[in-house]
Amino acid sequence: MNQKEKFSGTPRKVTAHLTQNEGLSFEKSAPGKKAYRLAPLDVPEVDAASLLGDAVRSQTAELPELSEIEIIRHFTRLSTWNYAIDLGMYPLGSCTMKYNPRVNEFVSRIEGIAEAHPYQPEQLSQGSLGIMRLLRQCLLEITGMDAITLQPAAGAHGEFTGILLVRAYHEAKGNPRRTVIIPDSAHGTNPATAAICGYEVVNFKSNAQGGIDVEALAQAVTEETAALMLTNPSTIGVFENEIHRIADILHAKGALLYMDGANMNALCGKVRPGDFGVDVMHLNLHKTFSTPHGGGGPGSGPVACKRILEPFLPVPVIEEDAEGQLRLNYDRPQSVGRVRAFYGNFGMFVRALAYILANGPDGLRQTTEDAVLNANYIRRKLEDLYELPYNTPSMHEVVFSDRRQTRNGVKTGDIAKRLIDYGFHPYTVSFPLIVPGALMIEPTESESREELDLFVDAMRQIAREAEENPQIILDAPHSTRVSRLDETTAARKPVLRWRRPEQA
Amino acid sequence: MRYLPKSPAERAEMLREIGASSIDDLFAIIPEEYRLSRDLDIPRQMGESEIVEHFKTAAAQNANGYASFLGAGVYRHYRPVIIDTIVQRGEFLTSYTPYQAEITQGTLQAIFEFQTMICELTGMDIANASMYDGSTACPEAVMMAMRLTGRDSVVVARSVHPEYREVMRTYAQHREEISGHATREIGYGEDGRLDPGALEQAVTEQTACVLVQSPNFFGVIEDIPAIAEIAHKKGALLIVAIAEAISLGIVRPPAEADIVTMEAQSYGVAPSYGGPFCGVIAAKEKYVRQMPGRLVGETKDRQGRRGFVLTLSTREQHIRREKATSNICTNQALVALMATVFMTVYGKEGIRDLALHNLAKADYAAKRLTGNGRLLFAQSPRFNEFVLQTEEPAEQLNARLLENRIIGGVALKRWYPELGNATLWCATELTTREQINQAAAVLAQAPAAAAAR
Repeated sequence: MNQKEKFSGTPRKVTAHLTQNEGLSFEKSAPGKKAYRLAPLDVPEVDAASLLGDAVRSQTAELPELSEIEIIRHFTRLSTWNYAIDLGMYPLGSCTMKYNPRVNEFVSRIEGIAEAHPYQPEQLSQGSLGIMRLLRQCLLEITGMDAITLQPAAGAHGEFTGILLVRAYHEAKGNPRRTVIIPDSAHGTNPATAAICGYEVVNFKSNAQGGIDVEALAQAVTEETAALMLTNPSTIGVFENEIHRIADILHAKGALLYMDGANMNALCGKVRPGDFGVDVMHLNLHKTFSTPHGGGGPGSGPVACKRILEPFLPVPVIEEDAEGQLRLNYDRPQSVGRVRAFYGNFGMFVRALAYILANGPDGLRQTTEDAVLNANYIRRKLEDLYELPYNTPSMHEVVFSDRRQTRNGVKTGDIAKRLIDYGFHPYTVSFPLIVPGALMIEPTESESREELDLFVDAMRQIAREAEENPQIILDAPHSTRVSRLDETTAARKPVLRWRRPEQA
Repeated sequence: MRYLPKSPAERAEMLREIGASSIDDLFAIIPEEYRLSRDLDIPRQMGESEIVEHFKTAAAQNANGYASFLGAGVYRHYRPVIIDTIVQRGEFLTSYTPYQAEITQGTLQAIFEFQTMICELTGMDIANASMYDGSTACPEAVMMAMRLTGRDSVVVARSVHPEYREVMRTYAQHREEISGHATREIGYGEDGRLDPGALEQAVTEQTACVLVQSPNFFGVIEDIPAIAEIAHKKGALLIVAIAEAISLGIVRPPAEADIVTMEAQSYGVAPSYGGPFCGVIAAKEKYVRQMPGRLVGETKDRQGRRGFVLTLSTREQHIRREKATSNICTNQALVALMATVFMTVYGKEGIRDLALHNLAKADYAAKRLTGNGRLLFAQSPRFNEFVLQTEEPAEQLNARLLENRIIGGVALKRWYPELGNATLWCATELTTREQINQAAAVLAQAPAAAAAR
């Protein structure tokens, strides 16, 4: 059959258009161009060499020299090479790519908030401390926990903090214990965290439903088990309905239940981890609470815990004194210490609180319901064409496998690249590891039915292409500035910085 | 709810297509006893105008209209307007980690430029795509040095930011329990610089690394070549932490270091009550495979066109799990972008001019403000901070300044009781001569008893 006669899908969401070419800023630089002008110096000039002696810099750093318009064009052109939530559905499973409300950005830039220095006197920081206190109260109510620290800078940093709390708790009882049990469906950060905290990782095999095998767990938990790190709903988007038995098994041996809160977008306002036996958990403000991912960060990873872990929380903690003034208390002898300088990614606290205030209790509940509705809608619309490895009910995300498509040589990574041609960001590829060839799809609540239907249409056309014209998928994407990049050479001979051609 | 793009009819229709009779069907797997049957007890849904009002009210309860001499790890510098213009573009703001390189070349190229500029400024060969902040970059660099040397004892200067040292202690506590090697802290001399004699004694064949900050917490620039020599003689690595990144415009880069950790907040990032900021680890090229965090590398596509990808990810947790170089996943990409725009705006000449202004302002401030106190470490090279020792207690002095709408230096007693009534002051290009003169005038009015020498 001739290539032209083969089926080639028709993207309905996008039409190709031109993007601008743009080199590196260094390549556009020319001596003497400037994008800055300092105010005149109102104090006497100094001679750097005589003030600094040997410590003076003799050679200026080779930074680019450009004018302001060139810089604006440079970064604007680069920006147009990115896909973004603002352009459309971004169904990366586990990442919760939801709308990032602009009022969050606006309020985080209000002068008294953005310009606040962490060491300004407490009496001149009551606004910042009040924001932290209200956010803390809201997150405690949402999680059903007793105490919280906002200090961790991201999810993995929260895991680190949480496991340190676990360790301090056991140590206070005389034995830090030796192992942390982690299901094979977990995020890679879980085992990496346990290892960094000095624990041996016990990898725990999921059962046929992709969940925790409760009987096997009862065997695995011993007096040396410090904690189980559990993601709930799991990374296949399934709620562990025996969660309370899991908690009981751990508690009976004095071990604790850590919950990875990456999937809190499935629970918010509907069910509270504190009510089903979780002892300590982290939240990702950049997932559930709408702070922007920004191309990879910043995040924010508050850690909430039960009363038994409160004495070990990082310093400082916010307290209210008799006059109603908020204060930072550093005098906490059992604290694990600081996990970060200052108080955490405060700018993210402002955004997350703005999101919570915009939602209220009814909005948060509706948000969760819509997130779960969207995932189940996609599941329903695709399950006839894509293999569903686990038949358990889905919460906020759905995981398919590429089993049917691999018969034609098409893998999950290829389908992902072809989705780009249809105007979508790919889903999460090849994760969780318990599903070979996983397609992990998390639409979030931010998608309209129209956008979901376009996505479903794209996925269905790709499934047909896989049957009739697999090469078009294997060569995808066809519509981007660059085609698939050579990652092997990139890793084998790393080029991690630009050098002037004659130096190269 | 205004962020949710569905009508009630659409919801009902979608439920029908799924085959659910109500939304509760989709939550049926959650045991009923745990399902929340009430509203969360949080503030009710607010209109946008109410939200803005809420935060404006909070902002008004913070310092407003004060002159500030605070530094100590967070610096007030002018932030060119276009930084915000660029980072507010949705394509940067609302994009994720660039795992799908074909549709994230914008972020990837910007990070590649960031890595290059950080290398140029620090004198290192490679730099990562950012860490959480300057404080957490320190223990990550220490763990990197341990992996590289196979040793597990650490020497840290007491003149490193006290909160950075606290963070290192937190990361080290369980490790020290296991290895039995405690971190040794080395004091500073009369000149405010690391005591070389004490360092020489502390560094042994078991030392993985020596970690110093320069300019250090007192604003004093350390003698990096001399410290490097002592460390290297025993096969230990030298890590230099930089908290005030503007210093690199005029201060000699720590080229003798093996690893440089940095807080890039000074490059166009708001103080924002302590975060989010932008940590960085830079290092010698040969250490690349032990570098934590994301790295962007240049490569080619199938047609030979230049492109950028995340690379060397076999170091990272999503591949190596418990054997990864770090558990870090999220970085500070958007903040790194702010720093990239900042460095591009100031450029080769501007970063030096800006650093010179800081040097001049701090020199003027040190001269004016020490009329009623003693400038500590006066003979050592400094950048934009200095320590003032007074007869008057720091709390009293700062209270008098506050009455004049001036926030004075950070009191050091809590971390360095041996310095007595000492305060750490900072002047940047934004500090005006008038503000310095006013602060000097207030300081000069010290109550007679306290001011008596």
